[in-house]
Amino acid sequence: MVRSLNGRTIVRLALVGVAAASLAACAKKDKPAFPVTQAPPQTQAPQTQMPPTQGPVSQAPVGALPGSAQDFIVNVGDRVYFDTDSHDVRADAQPILDAQSAWLRQYPAVNVRIEGNADERGTREYNLALGARRANAVRDYLVGRGIESARIATISFGKEQPLDAGSGEDAWARNRNGHTAIVSGAR
Amino acid sequence: MRINAFIAALALALGALVGGLPAQAQEGVGVSVTRGDVQPLPIAVPAFGGGQVGADIAQVVAANLQRSGLFRPLDPASFIEKDLTPAVQPRFADWKQINAQALVSGMVRVEGNQLRVDLRLWDVQYERQMIGQQFTSSPENWRRVAHKISDAVYERLTGEKGYFDTRVVFVAESGARGKTIKRLAIMDQDGANPSYLTSGDSIVMTPRFSPTSQEITYMALRPDSATVYLYNLQSGRRESLGAFQGMVFAPRFSPDGAKVVFSVERGGNTDLYLMDLASRSSRRLTTDPGIDVSGSFSPDGARIAFTSDRAGSAQIYVMGADGGGARRISGGGGSYTTPVWSPTGEFIAFTKQTGGEFHIGVMRPDGSDERLLTTSYLDEGPTWAPNGRVLMFSRETPGGPPKLWSVDVTGRILQPMPYPGAGSDPAWSPLLN
Repeated sequence: MVRSLNGRTIVRLALVGVAAASLAACAKKDKPAFPVTQAPPQTQAPQTQMPPTQGPVSQAPVGALPGSAQDFIVNVGDRVYFDTDSHDVRADAQPILDAQSAWLRQYPAVNVRIEGNADERGTREYNLALGARRANAVRDYLVGRGIESARIATISFGKEQPLDAGSGEDAWARNRNGHTAIVSGAR
Repeated sequence: MRINAFIAALALALGALVGGLPAQAQEGVGVSVTRGDVQPLPIAVPAFGGGQVGADIAQVVAANLQRSGLFRPLDPASFIEKDLTPAVQPRFADWKQINAQALVSGMVRVEGNQLRVDLRLWDVQYERQMIGQQFTSSPENWRRVAHKISDAVYERLTGEKGYFDTRVVFVAESGARGKTIKRLAIMDQDGANPSYLTSGDSIVMTPRFSPTSQEITYMALRPDSATVYLYNLQSGRRESLGAFQGMVFAPRFSPDGAKVVFSVERGGNTDLYLMDLASRSSRRLTTDPGIDVSGSFSPDGARIAFTSDRAGSAQIYVMGADGGGARRISGGGGSYTTPVWSPTGEFIAFTKQTGGEFHIGVMRPDGSDERLLTTSYLDEGPTWAPNGRVLMFSRETPGGPPKLWSVDVTGRILQPMPYPGAGSDPAWSPLLN
């Protein structure tokens, strides 16, 4: 038979019919079970008929809950980067910090901790001091954009908590950063 | 080389480090110094009498002397005279034949809860005794006895104090980079008896020994706070240096152990402070807007070396212990950090970063005679042996864990420490009592 595909379809449909009957039997114990009938094998292909089309489902991400830490991380950006042995806020960091301050104005219950980080190309104690400068540079920028200083704590992790475990220019560049961590007040 | 010649050569090689020639060197003959190097003195350290513990003690002594780089313990298989004891005069001809210059003989007796070691040190060429001494302790303390013997031999043959009966506090590291668990740990200077002092629930760093007691100060970093602790290793008592407005770090004891110099960061500005431990009163030593960190006292307590970037890059400065008269002493290219004044007062050790490499180096307190002792991808944080002869530091390869290394003050004897694990921030103890 050339209609093997169709034949299989029919068998499957038939089994569904059996299952439906069984379910019905279970659901209504007080009624006599229906006799199980099986569809006779068809020798002809069924009329192909398009199933009724359902309305299209469109999907779109609604994103993180506004005002959540996730919202801050994904939609604002929680980290800005620094040049070697520098705590100057770079031009590419300013839009992120502007967005951070706008977000923090929008959610005035949120308190943050700025964590200053340094790469491994420095000694431990100096890098703690350098990381503290970076944290304060971020803090000062946010305060300059109208965020109350009481909402912002700072700490330096020096070179102790590298974002990137690698060694090399790319890893060092990633590890020289100020991270704005939400500590309370987010949704 | 004869012992006297060895001592004289050693004194020359060390230059002014030992402040003149030791007394033994005055009659020295045949001085030979090659490129400032000292040829290690051939020394025989046969197994002490008294069974296994006698063999073990001799082994620890030989290993200590070998690691100092100043001695070359001879292969015991070459020894002709067997079963030497301190009770008899050695057959010097047998020891001359294998070119031993010095000979150590010992006998161990364990009676009840007492371990006793009779020790003699012989000058083979002159056929004379240099040490005749008895050491007593408890049997479980045999390693410390071996270190005391090593110090006695080292001191007699070099004219300098030893450094073997000491311990090292350091930060033992484990886990992947970026998620490293850091625990304070302590071990003997030869890597034996390592044990942890903290649990690893906070990031600990920069332990520093009190120069006068078995007490350390260190810094612990948590996600929202930094704390400096004092930790008495004998009593186990641990206390915070106190709460400060701002981040507190980089502590180090004064030479008398009565004060701690440390840094406080406030609003991004880091300055040096000094606390009197008895009264707990502290005062600010620096006020400039630069980073002032890593204070380290001169051994007479009159001055403090520190790192500052007040003039741009990180450099080393020296000021009075009251905070006045700061003067920059480092002058070469690159950055200079982690100044540590030597116990003899003659050098300041530092970490130098230049051209993508790190160095451990020493300079005089006025900044002259800078010498770089090491070069690597990342060397950091020197600490002095109490005799000012050897520096320990941590070394990292790209992507690798830090390891503890040592280098002598001439830069000639560079070697990894016998401790096999990952470690950083070593701090050498004073000589134990």
